[in-house]
Amino acid sequence: MELIGLGRRYGTRLALDDVSLTLATGQTIAIFGPNGAGKSTLLRVLATLLRPHAGTARVLGRTLPDGGWAVRGRVGLLSHEPLLYRDLSPRENLRFQARLHGVGAGRVEELLDAVELGLRADDPLHTFSRGMVQRTAVARAVLHDPELLLLDEPLAHLDPAAAALVEPLIGAASGRTRVVTSHDPAGGLAGADVALGLVGGRTALLAPASDIDVASIGALYR
Amino acid sequence: MSTVLTLLRKELLLERRVPQLVPAMSLFGVTTFVVFHFALGQRTVEGDLAAGILVVTLLFATILGVNRLYVADREEGGFDAFLLAPVDRTALGVAKAVTLFAFLVLVELVMLPAFAILLLGPGMDLEVVAKLGVVLLLVNLGLSVIGTLVGALAIQTRARDLIGPLIALPLLVPVVIGAARALSPVLSEGGAGALEGRWLGVLGLYDLVFGLLAYALFDFLLED
Repeated sequence: MELIGLGRRYGTRLALDDVSLTLATGQTIAIFGPNGAGKSTLLRVLATLLRPHAGTARVLGRTLPDGGWAVRGRVGLLSHEPLLYRDLSPRENLRFQARLHGVGAGRVEELLDAVELGLRADDPLHTFSRGMVQRTAVARAVLHDPELLLLDEPLAHLDPAAAALVEPLIGAASGRTRVVTSHDPAGGLAGADVALGLVGGRTALLAPASDIDVASIGALYR
Repeated sequence: MSTVLTLLRKELLLERRVPQLVPAMSLFGVTTFVVFHFALGQRTVEGDLAAGILVVTLLFATILGVNRLYVADREEGGFDAFLLAPVDRTALGVAKAVTLFAFLVLVELVMLPAFAILLLGPGMDLEVVAKLGVVLLLVNLGLSVIGTLVGALAIQTRARDLIGPLIALPLLVPVVIGAARALSPVLSEGGAGALEGRWLGVLGLYDLVFGLLAYALFDFLLED
């Protein structure tokens, strides 16, 4: 993944301004920054859901937005919204997504077991707690075995046991290239190779995670 | 084609799980006929007036449906999930149009008997039903295609409840005129008249033009 001078506006407001970075295959970048810093916007640009308005974004060997068609299906996005239909069950939601991605029903059952939702797999999602919905969303994000994972505060709403449950799917052990936003400096840095700090859409910090301490992440929020 | 079927199955599953569009549109249609029944001050209607009431009621029932057609996709993130899938985006438009068409057929199965009982003077024999079916087939096609296109456009805006009808109504006026003209002789006193090929042609041509337009434009409507 390579970003050079990436910019994105909402109307006249700059959400991302001159963001540049490189991430090698299999690495993890942790993105920190206060609310409105541009973290989610960056993830949506990388997911091909938003067009870059300036600069260059190369993802999985393709330049966005023109090469977006070749990137979709190779990216897994876990955003603030679960991207699931509330009136459908986890099994129905995942089977629907599986058909769109050309994935077999066996993978759905495998993931339902992995996130320990097998017993409630046929209950409508609106009867679930936020943590259970998040577990379903994790299963959706990795359903098609994506090469690149875009994770927007992936452990939000999850208790420690549930966080441990999804770790093999979306954690560093998954072996996937990952872009992870976080408000937890210690937790975010733990599994990261690179750290990026955004403030007001601009790069305030970019360095190997091993060179960054928790205090310097904390400074981004002041 | 398999993507369209997958999307269509999801649409029908959602409506079956939590019925919204079909009951709302049907109730609106029947209630409107009740209002006309008492407001017009005449026991029955026929010809131009009957055709006008039927088509305009169907039009507004459709607007009601179009406003809700994409709400689950927008509010629950279904759009984003779909856009992340490696599939032809036009499939969503085709699936939505087929869904709306199917819902309109179901709504008409409720509305037409109510219309016959509450308002229509001439009886509704098999010949009338068959001719009505031909016209409504073309009307539903136009309503579905234009409704799908307008719905996709409106859902991207914050004022979608206003934008949808404001764009849809002018675009649907030719469908309403064509349908009302075509239906007028069918709903006349003294037996069903012949269908006017001219108005059926207008409806068919309009459906074709907007079908092609929707096919060409739908992908862009989903783009950021």
